Amino acid sequence: MNRRAAICVLLAAPLANCGGVQTALGGEGAEGANFVRLFTVFMIVCAAMYLIITVGLIVALRRRKSALTLDDRRHHETSPVLRPALAIWTALVVTGLAALTVASFLTDRSNAAVARDSRLTLTVTANQWWWDVEYHSPDASRTVHTANEIHLPVGVPAEVILKSNDVIHSLWIPNLAGKQDLIPGRVTDLQLVPRKAGQYRGQCAEFCGIQHSLMALDVTVESKADFQRWYQAQLQPAPPPAGSLEVAGYGYFTTRECSSCHNIGGTPASGQIAPDLTHFASRRSIAAGTLPMTQANVARWLADPQAQKPGNHMPNIGLSPDQVRALTAYLGTLK
Amino acid sequence: MSSRFPASLCALGLMACLAGCHREARQDWSKPRADAVPAASPDTIFPGNGRAAPVTTAAAFYEHNAHAIARGQQLFATMNCSGCHSHGGGGMGPALIDDKWVYGGRIDQIAASIMEGRPNGMPSWQGKLTDQQMWQLAAYVRSLSGQVPKDAVSARADELSNTPPQTQTEREPLRPADSAQQ
Repeated sequence: MNRRAAICVLLAAPLANCGGVQTALGGEGAEGANFVRLFTVFMIVCAAMYLIITVGLIVALRRRKSALTLDDRRHHETSPVLRPALAIWTALVVTGLAALTVASFLTDRSNAAVARDSRLTLTVTANQWWWDVEYHSPDASRTVHTANEIHLPVGVPAEVILKSNDVIHSLWIPNLAGKQDLIPGRVTDLQLVPRKAGQYRGQCAEFCGIQHSLMALDVTVESKADFQRWYQAQLQPAPPPAGSLEVAGYGYFTTRECSSCHNIGGTPASGQIAPDLTHFASRRSIAAGTLPMTQANVARWLADPQAQKPGNHMPNIGLSPDQVRALTAYLGTLK
Repeated sequence: MSSRFPASLCALGLMACLAGCHREARQDWSKPRADAVPAASPDTIFPGNGRAAPVTTAAAFYEHNAHAIARGQQLFATMNCSGCHSHGGGGMGPALIDDKWVYGGRIDQIAASIMEGRPNGMPSWQGKLTDQQMWQLAAYVRSLSGQVPKDAVSARADELSNTPPQTQTEREPLRPADSAQQ
């Protein structure tokens, strides 16, 4: 009995992860909701068929045990139940399959029409192993560049243009929509229509190298006012450093290895091959969802990025503890 | 023919595969090696018998390692080396696929050139790249003229290219620039 209970607990344990920031059953986006509806239809139809077959099997086994003998050959031909039962069964299978086909077709059509009139365009470029994000605007001074996070206003259809700088990746924000591949040398796209505010998590869904599993994307769906506030803040250059520790960190960042790869808007650091850090401290996580954004984690990351995310393209520079402290303090001001 | 022959051949083949393990060794996963890029050394004049000291094992590691060369290839593109050297063919900066080396063509000499910079345009990368990255870049630069083992080079160039893949690059002799017919 105890063993049976243990097995039940074990089987139920994975279900505990079904809610929350990364689930395909959340339905918080238009496409996600379509998917959940289709999933429900499939679940009901398949469960019904499964039950009918199981009941039929049990009945057949019982009858064979009690009544029939092997030489009762004429039984099959004369049974009054068999013929109509077969007809009903065939009709049931045909109807069920047809219903599923039509449901899939309608879902597909609905998904294709999800965001014909997008009012927000952003480009997500995948890199090993992080996401580069750029919000477009007809006015070039109003484009926003960030990394490893996207913010979306509720109810506004967004067109996401997808590119890759190295290998094939796949963007999957299960709460909002299905997967879409990002292919080097090609442009693909994805329509997102978030319906419910909240914090979600996207993930690379195509094996892309050693740190594929630590290539996540923080997604924030918020009200239009909150989105505008965030967007305005992102347009600002980084604040100048205030305290002496921050100034030391600023000095190191803008003159040494950091600035070869990273950009901080409004400073001489203008590398373009690593995540943009202009508003680094306003994000929820470090290094594409590897660590939560805390001062301690930033320090840990700076001291040895290879220990936190082995194989990533940020080298261990060999910073002294003082330099780590100064850089952590400066990066912490980049709200 | 006895059946033992193919079995021993298989065993030999498998053992030969083990020899390739170092080719892919990735030192990024641990602490970076403590092998600082040396200061510049003169190109043709050396003390003693006039021949250069052998390249250190640390430096030799980089040019025999596929991962280091591939990282160098990425750095070559992302640090915009092509801006002056083109994709090795040269432009504003000297070509890197030929046999002429103004400041020496050994991996330690190339790494020193990257670290210290050179007159008339080559910037110093000291403090802008880690020593490890400069070694990786130097290993890739060596591969452009076929100086590194063929089994370690990348078979694919990342840019448009009208030259054969590096696995087929002819090995150029190492020669200082002033020894050419000028």
